[in-house]
Amino acid sequence: MKTKGKVTGIIANLVSVEVDSPVAQNEICYIYRGGVKLMAEVIKVIGKNAYVQVFESTRGLKVNDTVEFEGHMLEATLGPGLLSKNYDGLQHDLSKMDGIFLKAGDYTDALDYDVDWEFTPLVKVGDEVTAGCWIGEVPENWINHKIMVPFKLTGTYTVKSIVEKGVYKIKDTIAVVTDSEGNSINLSMEQKWPVKMAITAYKDKPRPFKIMETGVRSIDTFNPIAEGGTGFIPGPFGCGKTVLQHAISKQAEADLIIVAACGERANEVVEIFAEFPHLDDPRTGRKLMERTTIIANTSNMPVAAREASVYTAMTIAEYYRGMGLKVLLLADSTSRWAQALREMSNRLEELPGPDAFPMDLPAVIANFYARAGLVYLNNEQTGSVTFIGTVSPAGGNLKEPVTESTKKAARCFYALSQQRADGKRYPAIDPMDSYSKYLEYPEIIDYLNETIDAKWVETVLKAKNYVQRGKEAYEQINILGDDGVPVEYHDRFWKAELIDFIILQQDAFDKIDASTPLLRQKFMLDLIVGICDNSFKFEHFEECSTFYKGLINSLKQMNYSVYESEEFFKFEEEVKSIINERKA
Amino acid sequence: METKAFQKIYTQLVGITKATCSLRAQGVANEELAMVHGRLAQVVKIIGDVVTLQVFGGTEGIPTNAEVIFYGEPPKLKVGDDLAGRFFNAYGQPLFGGTDVEGAPREIGGPSVNPLRRKQPSELIATGIAGIDLNNTLVTGQKIPFFADPDQPYNQVMANVALRAKADKIILGGMGLTNDDFLYFKNVFENAGALDRIICFVNTTEQPPVERLLVPDMALTAAEYFATEKNEKVLVLLTDMTLYADALSIVSNRMDQIPSKDSMPGSLYSDLAKVYEKAVQFPDGGSITIIAVTTLSGGDITHAIPDNTGYITEGQLFLRKDSDTNKVIVDPFRSLSRLKQLVIGKKTREDHPQVMNAAVRLYADAANAKTKLENGFDLSEYDERCLKFAHDYSLRLLAIDINIDIDAMLNQTWELFAKYFTKAEVAIRQEFVKKYWPAEQ
Repeated sequence: MKTKGKVTGIIANLVSVEVDSPVAQNEICYIYRGGVKLMAEVIKVIGKNAYVQVFESTRGLKVNDTVEFEGHMLEATLGPGLLSKNYDGLQHDLSKMDGIFLKAGDYTDALDYDVDWEFTPLVKVGDEVTAGCWIGEVPENWINHKIMVPFKLTGTYTVKSIVEKGVYKIKDTIAVVTDSEGNSINLSMEQKWPVKMAITAYKDKPRPFKIMETGVRSIDTFNPIAEGGTGFIPGPFGCGKTVLQHAISKQAEADLIIVAACGERANEVVEIFAEFPHLDDPRTGRKLMERTTIIANTSNMPVAAREASVYTAMTIAEYYRGMGLKVLLLADSTSRWAQALREMSNRLEELPGPDAFPMDLPAVIANFYARAGLVYLNNEQTGSVTFIGTVSPAGGNLKEPVTESTKKAARCFYALSQQRADGKRYPAIDPMDSYSKYLEYPEIIDYLNETIDAKWVETVLKAKNYVQRGKEAYEQINILGDDGVPVEYHDRFWKAELIDFIILQQDAFDKIDASTPLLRQKFMLDLIVGICDNSFKFEHFEECSTFYKGLINSLKQMNYSVYESEEFFKFEEEVKSIINERKA
Repeated sequence: METKAFQKIYTQLVGITKATCSLRAQGVANEELAMVHGRLAQVVKIIGDVVTLQVFGGTEGIPTNAEVIFYGEPPKLKVGDDLAGRFFNAYGQPLFGGTDVEGAPREIGGPSVNPLRRKQPSELIATGIAGIDLNNTLVTGQKIPFFADPDQPYNQVMANVALRAKADKIILGGMGLTNDDFLYFKNVFENAGALDRIICFVNTTEQPPVERLLVPDMALTAAEYFATEKNEKVLVLLTDMTLYADALSIVSNRMDQIPSKDSMPGSLYSDLAKVYEKAVQFPDGGSITIIAVTTLSGGDITHAIPDNTGYITEGQLFLRKDSDTNKVIVDPFRSLSRLKQLVIGKKTREDHPQVMNAAVRLYADAANAKTKLENGFDLSEYDERCLKFAHDYSLRLLAIDINIDIDAMLNQTWELFAKYFTKAEVAIRQEFVKKYWPAEQ
């Protein structure tokens, strides 16, 4: 018997419901408005009144409308066929919806139930299994999609029967397992999981020890993100947050990309819809869309579903992590999610925290970031969820609550600076304010020094120091004037400019410069730091700037040339001759 | 709105605030319309049998025994071809007399477009203003505001843009327009002989502020009709969105909501996004483009209204008085059109992106030279040339009174390059320099 109720009050998308039997916090219910079912979630209960947030517009809803509770929380549907899909925040397939406009209550299936999947069993009768164990696999696009024992099952089970290799549909029973008391459970290729709970069906979550290559130099070289790590990108509007996130999603060395477009512009999602099916994934040669799932809850879609969208995305990411894959989750923007929490908290008349955000905002954000990570699965394989969120600080002020809370939770901080953006220095990641905590992890340092170069981290720190010194020199020059400081100050300033123009700045719209593999990053960093290690002598500051401008021009051409091509080496020669001339 | 027979009339209010009133009533739907004491109102809150109504016209003089009639439906606009050439108030009632519009009623503030059914915008809107077309090219389906201080001529620029853009319909949503500005728009449209493609929904400063909340929804509902049913290119002008946001904060304040930044409601972002995201390119050729005005207070863009707007819209346009030429120009540094990448060099001449960037870079060099000059440092010969370039560039291209086509803008920029700089200083890709650098005279 489902719990029933009737509507007693409506304030925007907060509805109070009088219930006749028990309800659970976060339980899902449907409100019947005429012939339309509106999905909602319980967010507060007082006496016989359950307060629910409706994932749709509540226009036309009346007191006494009936409500039916589902007995479970908001769940993601997990199974083969999630890749390449475009979902709304509640995981309804957008492509299955009719008409140009979204209709309230138009809930479409997340998976395609009439598709045949080529199933190969991975266990045999008598095997003992636990939640998350791989019982079989089906090919999905280019990955082997593992069919896992549902995460909801606790304890150990014995495989009673398993189907033979062959073609099955998602809802077909493919295995039967029995628990310790002999009760049988039928398993299909589909399972459900409440999105607000972390999937923990793995053995161990160690500290991250590898880095994830993004092809963005100011990230990989200066502030690398770990595989299974967390990072966030705060920046005022117009600083290139979205361009940077798109670049990462196109280039990152991940098996799968889950994009949560959370409360942002619809035209930006359209750009992904339009481009990704045509862009090649450089590593597999297949289309980018084949490794991408998009959760789109744009700014004009219902606010409550905006909050759900990031959780839905995270759950899908965790599900694929359980298959031993490297998953990258991008959420643009987590501020919109926090604003959705604020709107609701406000309607619940909770006492507000800073800037009217709910008091538990830091905890909510920290819990969410904690779901990322590299894990050892029960079969000793590794899988990872790397999470990068953007933050849209109100007024560009990094002291606002969402940025501050996220700073405590995320390990990489990529601050986009208005000043850099104004100077068209893209990506506008501020080299001084940004940081990667991973650069302090001994595991990561060892990994970098082993895989890139024994002196890599040392060189990176040296480069950072040059940038720092250049910035200080620049401040002095600004105060005292060009000829009010010794020429060495100009030399220091221009060394920092050299690193800025050649390493930090990168043209996301140029075919070659857009993505730089680590090997090439090492080559360029060694070259640049090598140049900076020289002490050049200049008579006059104009001589100094002319020298470096010429150098930057030739080095830039290197960035625009195919790596190790004839052209590339030609420009390298040019650079060398400029330097030798100076030294002579 | 007419009353129907056997409609229940309530006559006892239990509460009145400056913007809302409440009463006990049964069977009322959320967001439905009502008439309170002859004024239109909308249901904004229901708790048990107590219904709270937002009275658009304000509650001045409403007695506790006022007559309240519920209409049983949300606000609607009758849409049809004879909307064209007409002026309406915030409720969609015709101004200056005239018959009611014939057509099917359409709910205002309706559902959003499925993002998967949108098309990527790719059609250029030419305005003849180089500060826009050359540096911040607009595209159909885009939403972009003017960020302007109240003393700047944003309404004039917007009227110009509207008339020059090759739009099938121009819909003006005026919120808190002064009567003078309203008459200005009316005259400009009439004199241009463009009345048949104009539709206006207007709330002037003489009318109650809460009424404004209906204006964008009215304008965009009409726009959706022409864009989806007639596949027309519709340009919607919204002025002034700051006054719209102010009206939002008035209502939220009367409903005892906890204000967030700058006394704005916590839902400001969602509220503005609901309006702006109606801008769309449909696959069948119809489109809605929104050009809005957000007035600033002393150029402060960190205030909650411009700040939230900036995160929603696809760029922003800044006007500035250039003391050097005594012209109002479109500021090339602070203005941005996020969608220009989709058309420049693709729908316009190949050299467009490079010419645009080079000119702005040289203009920035001129700004640095100016700072140097102000700080009493000596100018180099290059600095002098930059300053001369900036003067001409501002006068011949950035000024808002320019009206030329994009090829002419590009040619003029090349002329200025050749006049003041060497090819190396301009640093544009070699093939373009060969092709477009003006011949020596």
